[in-house]
Amino acid sequence: MPITETHEIHKRRFGRNLGVALTLVGFVAIVFFLTMSKIRNGGSFEAFDHSVRPSITESEGESQ
Amino acid sequence: MSDFTANTSTPKQEAQFGDYFALLKPRVMSLVVFTAFVGLMVAPVSVPPVDAFTAILFIALGGGASGALNMWYDRDIDQVMKRTQSRPIPSGRVTPGEALSLGLWLSALSVVMLGLAANWFAAAFLAFTIFFYAVVYTVWLKRSTPQNIVIGGAAGAFPPMIGWAVATGGVSIESVLMFALTFMWTPPHFWALALFMKSDYDEAKVPMLTVTHGRPHTRKMILAYTLLLAPVAIATGLTSIGGPVYMAAAVVLNIMFVKGGYDIWRRSEDQALEDDYKTEKKVFRFSLLYLFLHFGALLAEAGLRSFGLGGW
Repeated sequence: MPITETHEIHKRRFGRNLGVALTLVGFVAIVFFLTMSKIRNGGSFEAFDHSVRPSITESEGESQ
Repeated sequence: MSDFTANTSTPKQEAQFGDYFALLKPRVMSLVVFTAFVGLMVAPVSVPPVDAFTAILFIALGGGASGALNMWYDRDIDQVMKRTQSRPIPSGRVTPGEALSLGLWLSALSVVMLGLAANWFAAAFLAFTIFFYAVVYTVWLKRSTPQNIVIGGAAGAFPPMIGWAVATGGVSIESVLMFALTFMWTPPHFWALALFMKSDYDEAKVPMLTVTHGRPHTRKMILAYTLLLAPVAIATGLTSIGGPVYMAAAVVLNIMFVKGGYDIWRRSEDQALEDDYKTEKKVFRFSLLYLFLHFGALLAEAGLRSFGLGGW
């Protein structure tokens, strides 16, 4: 059975709901483009996670 | 038949999306956006456009969050003063709990997102700014001292330093001077407004300088701050972010602002009443232009520098 509009509250809150929806879509877009930008600009996206990772310890070894 | 009953009764005035947005004080946010943007652009380190956009957006959101916390705490004052009675909380469209919740969540979100977009020093700086405005200014100073505008003005002066920190990850003399410029500008700007706004701060028990120390003293303080502001503005022009364009603008604007402060100081209240605070209104409008043009000139210097021009 399809969900149909049954109450005037849907109309009354349409503006607010639309605002929240657009804000959330905007936030998702920001996180996406920020991630792309960070990757593209070559930032380090590997970090210490409690196991030995030569790719992030190599530079330390070189500098010694 | 159902044992579930939704509360769908129509309240007198239901909050719309715009009411929640109004809690963030959009006009204050526009100043935050502009000064933070200039702070970021004049820094010697370039930031990728998407990172810069995200950083400015969340600095603005952090400023907005502190505005929501301010409206939550000041709801009793806002209820009394005519100017603020139509705000979302005193008008009954938004509940105090909603405003507090929005302020706290947006504070957390803006700090975390700024940390991810830029660096954690800038994020910590933003967190401190929110704390300073919401707690030090709103909770502590606003109701206890006539110097509320002076010290509280620091909260509005931090954004260019945060913008600078986004790019450089630190603090330097240039960013401190941009802070000082906005900090010293705030008192004459607000006190000029306080002179001609027939405000009901007294009824709300907010100690404004015009009420606690009188209007002649306020006029004297406006002149004093315009005189103290001038060397700060000139000193900014002598640093690495300054240059001939900025210096020319700063010299002209500060002569005009000191002249405005002097004009306000030598006027009596009767003279002001006679022409409906013409000079005070003029100086207030000029103060807006003053700050805009100073930061605009810094931006122009940065723009020229990218073409090999500008700077000393």
